[in-house]
Amino acid sequence: MLKIWSMKQAQQKEETAQGPAKKKKVTAAQLRVQKDLSELALPQTMKTTFPNPDDILNFILTLTPDEGLYKSGLFTFSFAITQNFPHEPPKVKCQQKIYHPNIDLEGNVCLNILREDWKPVLNLNAVIVGLQFLFLEPNASDPLNKDAAKDLQEDRDRFRRNVKTSMGGGNVRGETFDRVMK
Amino acid sequence: MAATLQPEGVSRTTNGGDDGESPARWKYLNTLLGRAGAYSDPTEFIPGDAPIMNIKNARILVIGAGGLGCEILKNLALSGFRNLDVIDMDTIDVSNLNRQFLFREKDVGQPKASVAAEFVMKRCPGCKVTPYVGKIQDKDEDYYMQFNIVICGLDSIEARRWINATLVGMVDEENPESLKPLIDGGTEGFKGQSRVVLPTLTSCLECQLDMHAPRAAVPLCTLATIPRQPQHCIEWAHILKWEEERKDDVLDTDDPEHITWLYQKALSRAREFNIPGVTYSLTQGVVKNIIPAIASTNAIVAASCCNEAFKIATSSAPYLGYPGTNNYMLYTGDSGIYTYTFEHQKKSDCPVCGNRPKAITLDPESTLGEFVESLAERPESQLKKPNLRTAGKSLYYSTPASLEESTRPNLKRKLEDLLEDGEVIAISDPAFQIDFQYIAHFS
Ligand SMILES: [Zn+2]
Repeated sequence: MLKIWSMKQAQQKEETAQGPAKKKKVTAAQLRVQKDLSELALPQTMKTTFPNPDDILNFILTLTPDEGLYKSGLFTFSFAITQNFPHEPPKVKCQQKIYHPNIDLEGNVCLNILREDWKPVLNLNAVIVGLQFLFLEPNASDPLNKDAAKDLQEDRDRFRRNVKTSMGGGNVRGETFDRVMK
Repeated sequence: MAATLQPEGVSRTTNGGDDGESPARWKYLNTLLGRAGAYSDPTEFIPGDAPIMNIKNARILVIGAGGLGCEILKNLALSGFRNLDVIDMDTIDVSNLNRQFLFREKDVGQPKASVAAEFVMKRCPGCKVTPYVGKIQDKDEDYYMQFNIVICGLDSIEARRWINATLVGMVDEENPESLKPLIDGGTEGFKGQSRVVLPTLTSCLECQLDMHAPRAAVPLCTLATIPRQPQHCIEWAHILKWEEERKDDVLDTDDPEHITWLYQKALSRAREFNIPGVTYSLTQGVVKNIIPAIASTNAIVAASCCNEAFKIATSSAPYLGYPGTNNYMLYTGDSGIYTYTFEHQKKSDCPVCGNRPKAITLDPESTLGEFVESLAERPESQLKKPNLRTAGKSLYYSTPASLEESTRPNLKRKLEDLLEDGEVIAISDPAFQIDFQYIAHFS
């Protein structure tokens, strides 16, 4: 151990001397989220809101697609990040009840990188791009809402009409959806 | 460690008249430490009293008193270590008894740490084991400073990251005692690893975070639409059905009523899809993410951890984790037997050990805006769009726009109103791969 310490001191000559920090430290998860936020490149159609600005691990993402079937809608997603980030992905939920093949009526989102394909090298930007893509290209092959997926697969026009009805707060196949027109 | 350990005047408990001092008991240990070996380094290892006293006086912290912890405590006590501490927040469950051999049926429901400590002290007279029933996060740096070596036998990544960051943060350039070797054991079924971290000198657990395979997850849509395995039905009940029907209850995986509810939901779904194999205990296993624990894997990994502790404490032979050498031993027992030992390199952009906080002196009367401007002039930073925070406060965020707006008023505020003397400020900037951290000292 003595030898280790002399190695430590040799290494130290190149750094500034310092004592240890006694106060509460910024956690590794906070550091990583802060870094991700500094690299966030949000297009016009998205913005973030922090209900408690001091807590960067919990925020809301607002998405207002300007093209595709969900154009003119306003959707919000809650992001909840634990101290295990980035070992674990953020927990993301849609806050409105919407008609979408990859989002169920409880707001769960089927996006591969939020679950089975999450890797610590992925960042918040990747998740946000993924969510945006779901609204431009809803896909019938990963269904969470089976009825919506079936409509999309069998009859694109019917699907388009149902999206419109649901976004206006209407009723599709016996389910009433939240009005999400901005 | 030879010369750095001071005798601490540990009270030797007399237990049935045997204080563990009988010369016959430590004959082989004393022989081993009484002469140089083929691999011992003559500049570090002086055979005889010094290493023998080091074993007696070293104070070792064992984190976790489960499958690995029982093995580790037993090995350390039987190797001659006499000052052990053990932390565990859990109580003994009947399912632990097959491998956690310090516990008996009568102990079910009792705290693991205290029962393990009692058992070892009774079995190994002269060895003092101090239990703490609770979380590692309950303890502060002064507590961890008391130990010479920390050994982890944990199953939680979160707890590992916490102790790792704590030990890295404790290293004080002025005080050699502040560098605590961290030995980490881990097992998953037939696989395991042992590794040694010399905080700030070698790759830390955060540097090695990508070595943990993330939990294999099944796509949500598979759970929702085409379950194929009993596990899929259980995950469906756990992730989707609970949220849908019991949103207001917080799921407690130790509550039998909650597990029964999930089990019944999973069972009816399995019937619908004609999938056999959903049972109560499988439900419990999937929900709690239990990977079958193999007693022999625990024994192998714990033995390796304790060997390294012994070598570090005595300098009697080269140990895992010496800077510039191998620090990671991987063990695989599921296809034949295989071990692989290698050097995991320190990451220069590691958020924990890559750029440790530097001291900075600040005028408490100056504003945050002035501080941010001064950062732009510092040669190591030259920040363009910085984000700054302390543990509890977002100081100033250039991005995203909403945070910029809510933190902008802070730029005009005095530093003394935003942070305390001695607090860490963490700074990120898209122009830099790595975060800067400063410990703010008020002038
Ligand atoms: Zn590191």
